[in-house]
Amino acid sequence: MSVITVTINGIEGSAPAGATLLEACRQNGVELPTLCHLEGLTPIGACRLCLVQVEGARRLLPACVTEAQEGMIIQTHTEKLVKYRKMTLELLLSERNHICSVCVANGSCELRTLCAQLGVDHSRFEYRCPDLPPIDTSHERNGLDHNRCISCTRCIRACDQVEGAHTLDMEGRGIENRVIIDMHQTWGSSRTCTKCGKCVNVCPTGTLFWKGSTVAEMEKEVGFLQWIRGGREKKTWSYL
Amino acid sequence: MTREELRTMAMKEQEQKAAFRCRLLVCYSSPCLSSGAEAVYKALLAAVHERNLDVEVDVTRTGCVGPCSRGPLVTVRRPGCEDVIYQHVTPEFVVRILEAHLVENRPLTENVLPGDVPFFAKQLKVVLANSASIDPESLESYVSMGGFTALSKVLEEMTPEQVVEEIKKSGLRGRGGGGFPTGLKWDLVRKAQGEKKYIVANGDEGDPGAYMDRTTMESDPFLVLEGMAIAAYAVGADQGYFYVRAEYPLAAERLAKAIKKAEKAEILGNRIFGSSFNFRVDIRLGAGAFVCGEETGLLTSIMGRRGQPYPRPPFPANSGLWGSPTLINNVETFGNIAPIINRGGDWYASIGTEKSKGTKIFALAGEISNTGLIEVPMGITLREVVYEIGGGIPGGAGFKAAQTGGPSGGCIPADYLDTPIDYDNLASLGSIMGSGGLVIMNDRSCMVDVARFFMDFCRDESCGKCIPCRVGTSQMLGYLEKICNGSAVMEDLEKLRELAEMVQETSLCGLGFTSPNPTLSTLRYFRAEYEAHIRERRCPVGVCVMSEVPLRELVAELPRRIREGSKA
Repeated sequence: MSVITVTINGIEGSAPAGATLLEACRQNGVELPTLCHLEGLTPIGACRLCLVQVEGARRLLPACVTEAQEGMIIQTHTEKLVKYRKMTLELLLSERNHICSVCVANGSCELRTLCAQLGVDHSRFEYRCPDLPPIDTSHERNGLDHNRCISCTRCIRACDQVEGAHTLDMEGRGIENRVIIDMHQTWGSSRTCTKCGKCVNVCPTGTLFWKGSTVAEMEKEVGFLQWIRGGREKKTWSYL
Repeated sequence: MTREELRTMAMKEQEQKAAFRCRLLVCYSSPCLSSGAEAVYKALLAAVHERNLDVEVDVTRTGCVGPCSRGPLVTVRRPGCEDVIYQHVTPEFVVRILEAHLVENRPLTENVLPGDVPFFAKQLKVVLANSASIDPESLESYVSMGGFTALSKVLEEMTPEQVVEEIKKSGLRGRGGGGFPTGLKWDLVRKAQGEKKYIVANGDEGDPGAYMDRTTMESDPFLVLEGMAIAAYAVGADQGYFYVRAEYPLAAERLAKAIKKAEKAEILGNRIFGSSFNFRVDIRLGAGAFVCGEETGLLTSIMGRRGQPYPRPPFPANSGLWGSPTLINNVETFGNIAPIINRGGDWYASIGTEKSKGTKIFALAGEISNTGLIEVPMGITLREVVYEIGGGIPGGAGFKAAQTGGPSGGCIPADYLDTPIDYDNLASLGSIMGSGGLVIMNDRSCMVDVARFFMDFCRDESCGKCIPCRVGTSQMLGYLEKICNGSAVMEDLEKLRELAEMVQETSLCGLGFTSPNPTLSTLRYFRAEYEAHIRERRCPVGVCVMSEVPLRELVAELPRRIREGSKA
């Protein structure tokens, strides 16, 4: 495998050819915040938290979908980038009703962890406090709470790409978008849902949860994604 | 069809038209149709038939003439005479036109649109050259004006490399708004590796007040198809998609008819003009999302997925439809191709400014005397467009600002009226060329309200994929609404500016990163108006109703409101 050289924050590092900037950064010990990205799912470059400055590029580039090129000079933590990351989180906090004190994912929430890491403890922007559809607990195992959703589509991608059921999808557009089940029905009435629970495990916040869990009881496990993907690629499970 | 047959078809059509004593051309594009062109056409046909003039008089339904606010328009064309254009024609009046010209042989003086007005004299028509003369639904009509000669020339005389060279030489830049050099894009797609390549025409025009692409598609569908076919030959594609928004039913219908007729005449399809070149075009209707005008959003929509953009690179030139190299150009860009091939890249490059060549179609709208569609050479000043072509601001009001590029563009104040219009000048003024919407505002427009209107549009049209655009536009709209209703404080203005810069730099696609432009440009040129709204709680032009107070003052305000409420 050929190796390329990149300069990250003034320090030269190496990465395998074909790696994304995010992989290159992480392999060289530079941590970048991400929300929509999850190892094992197709990257979509939507949350804009992993934006980095690449010398010669006109715009800031999302590290998760940009391929690292030989000789790239990257800045990951300039003053502007840090400010924009904080603002992005502030916008997310203001978008829906994120009330940690009563959230099942309190303590295991990626949004909250990132906020703590970047020093965001409130939003300067107006809280929108939207009136959202009621919590869907019609499913025998899982629940869906729109108040906590950050529209990262990780659940949708896991359901479609890993489980292959495509039960979850998105309706509406812009700030009005909502995760829906099948043709916009209750989760309990879905005939495509395999009850695998992958969506719940990949959800970064308390939007999807195991029924019966109360405040701060949710624990999520995402390691299985790479295990399944890796197994498929290496053809670990073969019935032939 | 061969080149010889094409020539015969053109000559036959020309002879046929020349044989008429008089030709009456009824503008049959959407603006004129909405003001009653269909009734005028039917009345005219009946009157011609009644007077047994069918052999002497030709009645043609044509594409757009230009001064759309004056429709329905009827042009009288007689051999050896100057065209006479009548405006605001009614079914009764059109009969009088017929009588006056054919029976009394004396043109009417009422409702005549003078032919030498600056509206026409200052324009230079390349894309819309034939629009006012041909029947958009007739292949013969298009061929008689030199149609498909460029395609036959390309197929018989030029290699794909030469075609790309010619387009490069012309200096044509993408007319969808971004202004990427068209020749360069073609070259990228031509050199891209891939067994299958696609051509996509972007007819998903969504800017409020803009209808250049609709008119081009409605008035001269064959011209756009010819441009697409030439592009396909140049880059090595054999399949094209024409993406039209479903709100343009007439454009889609005329395109569908055009494709069918061209296929029947073997100008599209297999072995075009006897060469080994095949090209098919299919129409895809957009369901009305503004973001599907963004190229990656459009491609996902064509592929039948949720219309959302994806990050570039990879650019569509390398990986577009189903992962194949895809050339995507605006409808107007394709409209420029045949004229460039016919008359040469050097001719085209002689029009316009140093970095922006050729002509551009603008839709003049808003507070201006002549609203309508104009095609002008690049480098014309805004003053010429507003005061000469546009005929100035009606009602004795003064010019305040011109909004170019729709919700992605900015407002240009009166100080910059003498700036030549081209891609780079508009960008340096904080606006963009955009697809060509040009909304003129007089001194009774509130610029904060204008910014609020466009932000509301962007918030509504944001696809919701990336956070800055999804939540940022909603927050910015909130602050603009607060400023408009009197409840904002100065910190809000600072937050608005900060958000605007953040959304501009971090959004995923063009919709997001251009959405703050109207706000930023009005803040740049009309900051005093924003401050008057906040500090003095008054709208300088009296558009906004200041019904609210800032939250901090609500405690002091409440007793007054209760008193007033009890009085009422």
